[in-house]
Amino acid sequence: MTVHAPRGIDLGRTAVTAAGAARRLDWVLVLAVAALCAIGSLLVWSATQPGDGGNPLDATEHLRKHLAHLAVGWAVCLAVAAVDFRTVRAYAPVVFIVTVVALALVLTPLGAVINGSRGWIVVGGFQFQPSELSKVGLILVLATLLGEPRDGETRPMTRDVLFCLLALAVPLSLVMLQPDLGTTLVLGAIFLGMLTLSGAPVFWVAGMLLSGVAAGFCVWWFDMLEPYQLDRIATLVDPSADPQGAGYNSNQALIAVGSGGFDGTGLFRGEQTHGRFVPEQHTDFIFTVAGEELGFVGAGLVIGLFAVILWRILRIALGCDQPYPRLLCVGVASWFGFQTFINIGMGLGIVPVTGLPLPFVSYGGTALLANLLALGLVLGVNSRDRGFE
Amino acid sequence: MTVRRPPVDPTLPGPRLGRVGLVLAQILVVALFATLGARLWYLQIPMADHYRDLAVANHHQRLVVPATRGQILDATGRPMVANRTELVVSADYHELMGMDDGGEQVLSDLSGVLDVPVEELRQRMRLCGPEVERPCWPGSPYQPVTLAEDIEPAIALQIMESSDDFPGITAQAHAVREYPNGARAGQILGYLQPVTQEELEAREELRTQFTGIDQVGRDGLEAVYDSQLRGTAGVRTLGVNNHGEVMDVISDRPPEAGMHIITHLDMGVQEIVEDALAEGMRAARPRYRADSGAAIVMDVRNGGIIAMASLPTYDPAIWQGGIDQETFDELLSAEAGEPLLSRAVQGQYPPGSTFKVSSLSAAVENGYSLRSTYACPGSVNIAGQNYENYAGGGHGTIDLHRAIVVSCNTIFYNFGYQLWLKDGGLEPEGEPKEAMAEMARGYGFGAPTGIDLPYETSGRIPDREWKRTFWEETRENNCRRGEEGYPEIAKTNPSHAAYLKLLAYEQCVEGFQWRAGEAVNFSIGQGDVLVSPLQLVRAYAAIANGGTVYEPRVARALVSADGRVVEEIEPVVAGKVPVKDETLRYLQDALEEVTKTGTGGGAFGDFPQDRVSVAGKTGSADAQNRQVSSWFVSYAPADDPRFAVVVFVSQGGTGGATSAPIARKIYEGIYGFGDFEEPALPGGEPRADLPVVRPDGSIDPLDR
Repeated sequence: MTVHAPRGIDLGRTAVTAAGAARRLDWVLVLAVAALCAIGSLLVWSATQPGDGGNPLDATEHLRKHLAHLAVGWAVCLAVAAVDFRTVRAYAPVVFIVTVVALALVLTPLGAVINGSRGWIVVGGFQFQPSELSKVGLILVLATLLGEPRDGETRPMTRDVLFCLLALAVPLSLVMLQPDLGTTLVLGAIFLGMLTLSGAPVFWVAGMLLSGVAAGFCVWWFDMLEPYQLDRIATLVDPSADPQGAGYNSNQALIAVGSGGFDGTGLFRGEQTHGRFVPEQHTDFIFTVAGEELGFVGAGLVIGLFAVILWRILRIALGCDQPYPRLLCVGVASWFGFQTFINIGMGLGIVPVTGLPLPFVSYGGTALLANLLALGLVLGVNSRDRGFE
Repeated sequence: MTVRRPPVDPTLPGPRLGRVGLVLAQILVVALFATLGARLWYLQIPMADHYRDLAVANHHQRLVVPATRGQILDATGRPMVANRTELVVSADYHELMGMDDGGEQVLSDLSGVLDVPVEELRQRMRLCGPEVERPCWPGSPYQPVTLAEDIEPAIALQIMESSDDFPGITAQAHAVREYPNGARAGQILGYLQPVTQEELEAREELRTQFTGIDQVGRDGLEAVYDSQLRGTAGVRTLGVNNHGEVMDVISDRPPEAGMHIITHLDMGVQEIVEDALAEGMRAARPRYRADSGAAIVMDVRNGGIIAMASLPTYDPAIWQGGIDQETFDELLSAEAGEPLLSRAVQGQYPPGSTFKVSSLSAAVENGYSLRSTYACPGSVNIAGQNYENYAGGGHGTIDLHRAIVVSCNTIFYNFGYQLWLKDGGLEPEGEPKEAMAEMARGYGFGAPTGIDLPYETSGRIPDREWKRTFWEETRENNCRRGEEGYPEIAKTNPSHAAYLKLLAYEQCVEGFQWRAGEAVNFSIGQGDVLVSPLQLVRAYAAIANGGTVYEPRVARALVSADGRVVEEIEPVVAGKVPVKDETLRYLQDALEEVTKTGTGGGAFGDFPQDRVSVAGKTGSADAQNRQVSSWFVSYAPADDPRFAVVVFVSQGGTGGATSAPIARKIYEGIYGFGDFEEPALPGGEPRADLPVVRPDGSIDPLDR
C-alpha cells in the first residue's frame, strides 16, 4: 500500500533537475517509442526507394530528413519532459492560441494545398502542418479546463464542459475548413476521451458521446462528406468493387499487407512497395510497408509496440493523483489510440481511408514533432505527479 | 465557514471516479488492438497466397514477343511468301501519357515530320475499347503503339537521330508478309487476317500467345499450316510499377521462329501453267466466254502439286494492312470472276468424256471384254429416248481402245444402260451394285481428295441412294409446285409454267427413281456427275502410276528457321483403283493414242512425241444454259509417267480445241520444247533434292 504523504503546493519547487527527471522516466514507454521510431525510419527508407532495384544506400534523402525530424522531435520531447507540467500548464492558453492562429493562417494565401487539403504553411522551404500541433494544443487546454475545477468543486461542471466545447469548436471548424477529415475526427476523439474520463457529469458525457455518434451519422446522412470520402466508405465494404477508382488505395493496401505473409519479403524487397502501388506509402500507408516487407512478425510487433505505449500512458494516468496531469495523459492516449487504430485499420481494410499518419512511424516532420512533444508531456507527468513509491 | 478549502486538497487521493474509466479505457485499447492483430493475422496467414497472386498480377506484365512467321518456298527454295521489313513509327504509350501534356507536343511535332494530321496520330494513340471508334490501338499498351507504317527511310532516320525531340517515339523495322510473285498461285498461298474472337476461343495456342495484333492464315497454305508457320511466341515477364513503367525483366523466353514450308510447287512451271492457261482462254474468246479456268501439274509418283493455276486470280498482298470494303466485295463478285475461289480445288464441273476411263473400267470389271468389239452408231435409242454421239456421227463397230481414242459416246451409253438394267433398273431387287458409281469412287471421285488446302469440294457421284436422298430433300417443294404450279411464271409464259408444273409433279411422285436416262448420262460424265479438276488429275495420275490414288500435297517439307529440323511430308496413299492391271495397261495404251490419232491429235500434231509421248483424254462437258466446257487431262511421258496435267476452261469450247493446246504448252515448258529454250524442270524430272536452309537462316536455292 502506497502511503501518500502530505505534499504542499511548493511554488518554489517549479522544476526539478533534468537529471532527476531522467531518473524517473518511464523507460518501457521510452524504449517502445524509440523502437517504433527505429522501425519507422527503416520503413520510410524502404518506402522511398526509387524502385529501380538500386543500392538502398544511394537513396537516403527521405531517410536523412526523417532522422533529422526525429532528432529535433526527441530533443523537444526530452526538453518538455524536463519542464514541470505545471509550467507547461501556465502556457497552455498561449500554445492553444498559437495553434489556432496557425490553423487560421493555413486558410489564408499563406497556406498550401497538398493532397487536396489546405493544411500546410510553407515558410522558407520548411513545411508545417498546424493541424498536427493543434492536437497538442487542444489536449493542453482541455486538460486545463477539465482538470482545474473552480472553487469548491472537485470535478468539472456544466460550465467547464461548455468552455471545453468552445475550445474544441474553434480548431475543429478551422480544420474542417481545410478540409481535413482525419484531424477533425482525432480532435473529436481527444475531446470525447478526455471528457469521458474527466469525471464530468454523466449527462454531459453521455450527451457528448451520443452527439458525436449523431454528428457522424448526420454527416453521412446529409451528404456533407466529399464524394471521395463517401466512396471510401462504400468501397470499404468491397474494396475490389472498383480497384482503379475509390477502392484503389484500400485494395492495393490489402494486397501489400496480405502478400507479406508470415515473415514478409524482407526490407527493401517488397514488390508492391517498390512498384509504389500503394499511394502515400511513406506517410499515411506506411503500415502496408511493414505488412509486406516485415510480414506478420514485423507488423504484429508494430501493433504490439503501440499496445505497450498505450498501456504505459494509461498506467501513468492511473498513477496520477491530480486531474490535470491525468487528463493530459488521457488526452494523449485518446489521440494515439484513435489515430493508430484508424491508421492501421485503414491499411488492413477495416476502416475507411482518411488521411492520418501513423504516430512515430510515418514520414512527416510536424506530425513527428507533435507526437514526441506529447510523449514529452506524458513523460514529464510520470516523473513528477507520483505518489511516493 | 471561515476556512476556505483549497481548490484541490492535495492530501486527498483526488477525484477517483476516472479510475474506473481508465481501466475501461485499457480494456478498450486491448480490444481494439486485438481486432487489428486478428485482422492482420487473417490477411497474412490464411489469405497470404491469395494476396500474393494478386500482387504478382499487379506488378508482373506479360509481354508476348511474336515469332517470325515461316516463309513459303517453292521446290527450288525461292520464296513465294516472304517476310518484308518495313519501317514503322511507334510510340511508348505510357511514356507519352506520362507527359504533362499527355504527349500532345510530341504528336504535333511528329505530325509535321510524317505529314500526317495530328488528329489521326491522336486517334491511333487511343486504346481500342467498346466506345472507341477506329482508328485506335487494338494491342496492349505495353507494346509499341504503331503510329505510321511503311515510312521513308529518311524520315525514320530523322526520328531516330533526334530522339531528344521525340521522346517515347521510335522508328523501327517491322515484319510484314510479302508476295514476290504477285498474283501467281494467289489462292494456294492464302492470306493473313487479324485473329477473330471466335478463333481465339477455339484455338488455345492463339489465346495463350495473343499479342493483340496477331494475324492468322485465312486461306490456302497460310491457313492449313498456320500453326507450323506461326512458330512459338516468346514471353517476357516484366516487373512494372504503378505507372506501368518497366522496372526489371523477371523472365524471358525468346520467341521460336515458325517453320518454312518447302512446297512441291515450282515457280517456273507455275508461271508457264498460268500463262498458258491465260493465253488459251484468250484464244477461246470471243467465240466462247472462257470465264474461268484451272490447270494442275501433279507428280504422279507421290501426288505432289508442281503447279496449280486458277484464273482469274488475285494478289494476296491486297489483304495487307486491312482490306477496304470495295476491294473485298470485288474479290467475291461474279463480275470479277470470283478470283478468291480456287477453281482447281473448290470448283466442281461435269467431267464429260474424260470420265469414260472410269466407265470403261466399270464395264470391263463387270463382264465386258477388252477383246470384244462394240457397235458405235451415231445415236442409240434407250428407254424411248434418243442419245447421240458428240458430233452426231457413228464409227462403226470398234474395240474399246478405239472407243476411247475417238471418244465414242454410244458405246458408253449402252454400258451405262446395261449396268443399270443389271441392277434391276427402276425397281432394283436387293442391294444394287451401282457398278458405275462404285468405280468412280474407286478413282477418287465423289469425296474430297484430302489435299492440304482448305475448302475443298467433294464433287458429286450420283446413284440411286443419292437420288432418293435428293428427292426427300426436295420433295416438299416439288409436290407443292406440282399442285400449285408456277403462277408467277404463268403470268408471262404460261406454256413454260405448265411444263415446270408437270416436271415438279413428276419429281414429286417418282423423283426418287434412278432412271435409265440418268444412268446413260452418267456413263459419259454428264448429268449430275461433278468433279473437281484436282480429282480428275489425280484419277489420271493413278492410271499413269499403275493404280495408286494419292492424297495430293502442296507442301513437301517443313524446315525450321535455322535449317536444323527438316520434316519431310511423306506421300499418303488414299487407295488403289479397283481394276486389274490389264485394264489399266489397256487404258494407258488407249490414252496414249488419243494425242496421236484421236481427239487430242490436232493439238499435239507436231509435238515431239518421239521424245516425250503424251497420254490424255479430251472432254467437252455440257451444262444447262451454259456453253460447252473444255477439259484435257493427261500424263507424260507415256512410257514412264512422271507428270499428270489437267486443264479446264469453263465455257471454253471443246477439249481438243481449247484445253489440249494449253496442256501442250505446259508440256513444252516443262520439257523445253517449242518456244521454250530451256526445260522448266531440269531433265524433265521434279526436284529430287530439297533446298537447304542454312543455320544463319538464309536459304540456298537449287539451280533453276
